[in-house]
Amino acid sequence: MSENQKLTDVVMPQLAESLVSATIAKWLKRPGDKVEQYEPICEVMTDKVNAEIPSTVDGVMAELIAEEGQNVSVGEIICRMAVAGGAPASAAQQAPTASTAASAGASAAGGDQSMRSRYSPAVQTLAAQHGIDLNQIQGTGMGGRITRKDVLAFVEKGGAVAQPQAASARAETPSPFKGLPHADPAVTPEQYIPVQPVPERNSGLHMSAPPKIPPIEAERGERETLIDVTPLRNAIATNMRQSVSEIPHAWTMVEVDVTNLVLLRNKLKDEFKRREGYNLTYLAFFLKAVVNAIKDYPIMNSVWAVNKIIIKRDINISLAVGTEDSVMTPVIQRADQKNIAGLAREIEELATKTRQGKLKLEDMQGGTFTVNNTGSFGSILSYPVINYPQAAILTFESIVKRPVVINDMIAVRSMANICLSLDHRILDGVICGRFLQRVKENIEAYTLDTKVY
Amino acid sequence: MAVMEYIDAIRLAMKEEMEKDESVFVLGEDVGVKGGVFTTTKGLMEQFGEERVLDTPLAESAIAGVAIGAAMVGMKPIAEMQYSDFMLPATNQIISEAAKIRYRSNNDWSCPIVVRAPIGGGIFGGLYHSQCPESIFFGTPGLKIVAPFTAYDAKGLLKAAIQDPDPVLFFENKKCYKMIKGDVPLEDYTVPIGKANLLREGADITVIGYSMPLHFCMQAAEELEKEEGITAHILDLRTLQPLDRDSIIEAVRKTGKVLIVHEDNKTGGVGAEVAAIISEECLFDLDAPIMRCCSPDVPAMPISPPMEKFFMLSKDKVKEAMRQLAVY
Repeated sequence: MSENQKLTDVVMPQLAESLVSATIAKWLKRPGDKVEQYEPICEVMTDKVNAEIPSTVDGVMAELIAEEGQNVSVGEIICRMAVAGGAPASAAQQAPTASTAASAGASAAGGDQSMRSRYSPAVQTLAAQHGIDLNQIQGTGMGGRITRKDVLAFVEKGGAVAQPQAASARAETPSPFKGLPHADPAVTPEQYIPVQPVPERNSGLHMSAPPKIPPIEAERGERETLIDVTPLRNAIATNMRQSVSEIPHAWTMVEVDVTNLVLLRNKLKDEFKRREGYNLTYLAFFLKAVVNAIKDYPIMNSVWAVNKIIIKRDINISLAVGTEDSVMTPVIQRADQKNIAGLAREIEELATKTRQGKLKLEDMQGGTFTVNNTGSFGSILSYPVINYPQAAILTFESIVKRPVVINDMIAVRSMANICLSLDHRILDGVICGRFLQRVKENIEAYTLDTKVY
Repeated sequence: MAVMEYIDAIRLAMKEEMEKDESVFVLGEDVGVKGGVFTTTKGLMEQFGEERVLDTPLAESAIAGVAIGAAMVGMKPIAEMQYSDFMLPATNQIISEAAKIRYRSNNDWSCPIVVRAPIGGGIFGGLYHSQCPESIFFGTPGLKIVAPFTAYDAKGLLKAAIQDPDPVLFFENKKCYKMIKGDVPLEDYTVPIGKANLLREGADITVIGYSMPLHFCMQAAEELEKEEGITAHILDLRTLQPLDRDSIIEAVRKTGKVLIVHEDNKTGGVGAEVAAIISEECLFDLDAPIMRCCSPDVPAMPISPPMEKFFMLSKDKVKEAMRQLAVY
């Protein structure tokens, strides 16, 4: 049977154009498990989303190469699958090749790789001493095994990261077995505990490398609890820091009378829910008003590119959606092409996906302007951080009934604040004031006759 | 300096020591008049007389026992076992008496005897003339065991053994007697007991062995380097008891791949102990499983020539084992 089986490498797929690496979150298949084509074999975490990697072949999981929590570059092997060979003829063809390779001995890579990830103690010792990632080394030993000489050659070529430990150091360390009868080894196990290069930390969060995943809460003493930073949290932190450190933020706010909008929505919402199966939210109306205002002021839909300002033609609205422990910004693509009902549907879908953790990378890409419905959690005023590298972010605050003076009379109206953070390199007060006035006009222009389709 | 055969080097060592020290004498079967079945003691009786070169009855237990007794009264006997196969009747004397005298007398007495015994096959000697009995004595504290493979070492180690204040088993390889020739200084020198000897430096594999098979190892190493670029680091243990742990460890660290070669059968042989030392002390230096290339675990050397060839190590067998380890 085994002669008819072939080992196929499974590599980290390019889940999205911009993706260079992903972290294995969890293996769903263990060695020996049967796997059908397209069946998920593992979960991966990227900066943006979690995804499942489907199998490309029918077969049996042979060997897991990447460990859970390991960050793997696109194109690197994550596991091997045993796939049943084709016709017996091809199996017969394979057999002599395999045996020649074995007898010829120093077979180059590319042939049998069954020993590729069996590391000898010497190889592991050297890798630890020199801080080497063994995945970078080509094995020349039997079955593609990395030999001690391969590691030494790699070190000689300058592949090592850390300083090699002084060879003399280990001989001098006293043996832990000393004093025990009949045991007198010259070296001690402790001397071989790999010295991992400890990344420097300048703050509580380590920004340059994604930390390990498992969100274990370890009790430390009684007064504090430690939470591991997830790749997602790390990505949020990185983006936020980059935004506030690179973009000179400015902030402005207008007040909008949404009384008519409230009436309009109240008139339509039950019927809409019955017909469409999802809610007609205020946010859909707000988004429509924003998208139409961006159409009039396209500079709002731009990116600072140092010597140029790039204005994006497509209006793709990033929608900030909060979950219990994070905030995601899935994108409504081509929002300018959609009516209020269409936007409502997009909002519903993206929000659901976000809360279920089912966002795909394509859901996250291409945003040109961000809208955050901060009113949903009761805020009446907020100072949003721009979703880097966009030019502005806008929030809708809570709708509250307030006494308002209209034509020297006091009326009770439904009022809401709209806040805007802007990249002051691109935008100035005047243009943003006009833009916000346009949003305000668009919202206040809703009447009981407004159509949502 | 002279070029001489391994057997001549042994004879020369005895001659020199007997000339130097009157308490040194030789005893054994046919060592006197005949000069030994292999001619190892040829001429000694003529030179030193029959009181210092004693022909004994065919009783190895007596040969060893007489030697021990003589040692007790200040002599330095060299007891020859005609073949190491015949040594077994003497094991009680050697293991239970000679090895323990210093210990049991609380250091008051010592037993400076040398027991010379030819080991090894390849001479169509069959069951009773081919054995390698190292493993029988190897685990006995109190004995020293040496096993030279060159003429130079044979002379130097035998002189060191004769001068040593404790019992030394000198296992000379009978196949080497006439086969091996080499430079041997005519002046007085010894090869220290307990020190291994690095024969060859290499980077791919470490070969550890003793006695005659080392010649195969050296030839195979030459060929492997020429033909395939595989370089072997070869260590001659020279002394089997006590093993030179430091040299073994150092040689292992050189390449991380170890092949142990000896003619004694594999199970319970010296190689097993060497492997144990390596696994105790060099775990994190190992790049491949410790390999052994030894004679098969069969009761004795067959008497049929093709079967003897099958049993014996050869350059080709050692070379193949070395190659396998190199490509691992």
